[in-house]
Amino acid sequence: MSDPQPDPPTPVRRVARPKGAARQAVHRRLLLLNLSAALLGLALWAFFSYLKLAGLPGPLAVLERAGQLISNGSLLNDTLASVRRVLIGFALGTLLAIPVGFLMGWYTVARGLMEPYVQFFRTIPPLAMIPLAIVFLGIGEVPKVFVITLAAFLVSVISTYQGVVNVDKVLINAARVLGASDAQVFRRVVIPASSPFILVGMRTGLGAAWSTLVAAELIAAQEGLGHRMQQAQVYYDLETIFVALITIGLTGLVMDRILLRLEARLTAWQERR
Amino acid sequence: MSSLPSPDKIVFDAVTCSFELAGQPFLAIDQVSLGIADGEFVTLVGPSGCGKSTLMNLAAGLLEPSAGEVRLDGRAIAGPSPERGVIFQQYALFPWLTVSQNIEFGLTIKHTPKRERDAIVRKCLDLVGLGQFAHALPKTLSGGMKQRCAIARAYAVNPQILLMDEPFGALDALTRVKMQDQLLDTWTQDKRTVMFITHDVEEAVYLANRVVVMAAGPGRIQQIIPVDLPYPRTEAIRLSEAFLQIKNAVWRAVYHQTTPLA
Repeated sequence: MSDPQPDPPTPVRRVARPKGAARQAVHRRLLLLNLSAALLGLALWAFFSYLKLAGLPGPLAVLERAGQLISNGSLLNDTLASVRRVLIGFALGTLLAIPVGFLMGWYTVARGLMEPYVQFFRTIPPLAMIPLAIVFLGIGEVPKVFVITLAAFLVSVISTYQGVVNVDKVLINAARVLGASDAQVFRRVVIPASSPFILVGMRTGLGAAWSTLVAAELIAAQEGLGHRMQQAQVYYDLETIFVALITIGLTGLVMDRILLRLEARLTAWQERR
Repeated sequence: MSSLPSPDKIVFDAVTCSFELAGQPFLAIDQVSLGIADGEFVTLVGPSGCGKSTLMNLAAGLLEPSAGEVRLDGRAIAGPSPERGVIFQQYALFPWLTVSQNIEFGLTIKHTPKRERDAIVRKCLDLVGLGQFAHALPKTLSGGMKQRCAIARAYAVNPQILLMDEPFGALDALTRVKMQDQLLDTWTQDKRTVMFITHDVEEAVYLANRVVVMAAGPGRIQQIIPVDLPYPRTEAIRLSEAFLQIKNAVWRAVYHQTTPLA
């Protein structure tokens, strides 16, 4: 329905953003602060470990353990196992979420049918599904990937749906008056217009997948960073736990940055305010 | 003023349109009849709520009348079609497409061959003076440039009639005057029928063969004021006594309406 009496346009006030050299200076200062914070954290860690607080291993001990785990190949092995699970789960979840989100956003019937399930399962942390998944799917790769898929799906489906619902009606009308059919409107307007939402959903979905992974691996796994920590816990091997934790953090960060780059590239057309 | 060719290109025949608005039935326009001749430039002006945008959406096929009929060349309008080009106040450019891709949009929808598409896009870019910005994204353009791009996009599919909904409403006064002159330039060359909505009385008079003044509550035609001034319209005309008189007449019709519902 089009508005019978549109409001007068609100002038868009663009906030002046620092440009060129000024922006670079701000950027450099931020980077410097980031670095200082990291160094300060490291120093605190070294200090507390020097005090022998709760057997906390120092940065050097952890680094040494990291060296061992790298040279015997187990760190790479575990990381690859974990990343593979996350990527499979994330890919499945996202591939499923995008069509479902589009259906929910585009067809009222689909929304009515699927929304109760999506909303219900959203309130259950995917990890709470692990016992059920193990009962039904055993203790192999399947239940882990299933839980990760679910985590990624639930996040992505909501944002895809939001993206479709938020497509500017004026753009749809503009396409229709140029002769676009419903299918063309969908393909050429709804999909690109909702892509920023989808990409944000993917990033959050990847985060959800990653955080679910480690817990899933704590249950029953033969390899993976979560499994490695579980093993280390048994032997009170704090160094290995630290190496695994840092690897989890860094790997997650790298994957997030990759998606962030992708997002920036694919949505460069957006008018940012 | 030259005699206008008839019969009418587009006809509103006793058109009534009502909506649900906040649960209440709302009569947007009531029994409006209006004919616009082929090649005519008609402006619609009136207070907000007079249903001028509703009339345009009906002509665009984005709305259906509750009663009555809108006809183009004698055929009832059913749904949107590229034969009726629409220019929106909010530009409605696809932000993910470049200027030339925006202009090309309607042509790709029609599956026009690539070579022909390129030629048309080139021509339309030149028409609105955006040749240098062919590969720019909309976000980098000023308001006036965005609207020129939207106009080029509408021209690209060669519509028989242009429906313009306050197209210059968001532009500053100087850009507005420039855009009016450019629009009239193009119009005097191709004499494409234009239905132009505005809330600016001066703009309404400057552009039009006839000004349709509308009234609100419910939306209806208050008065139709012919503008017997020659084209091309120039600054001299804009500042002339005759122009002022017509403008005053339109102003009185718009701002001194006897409204049945206060």
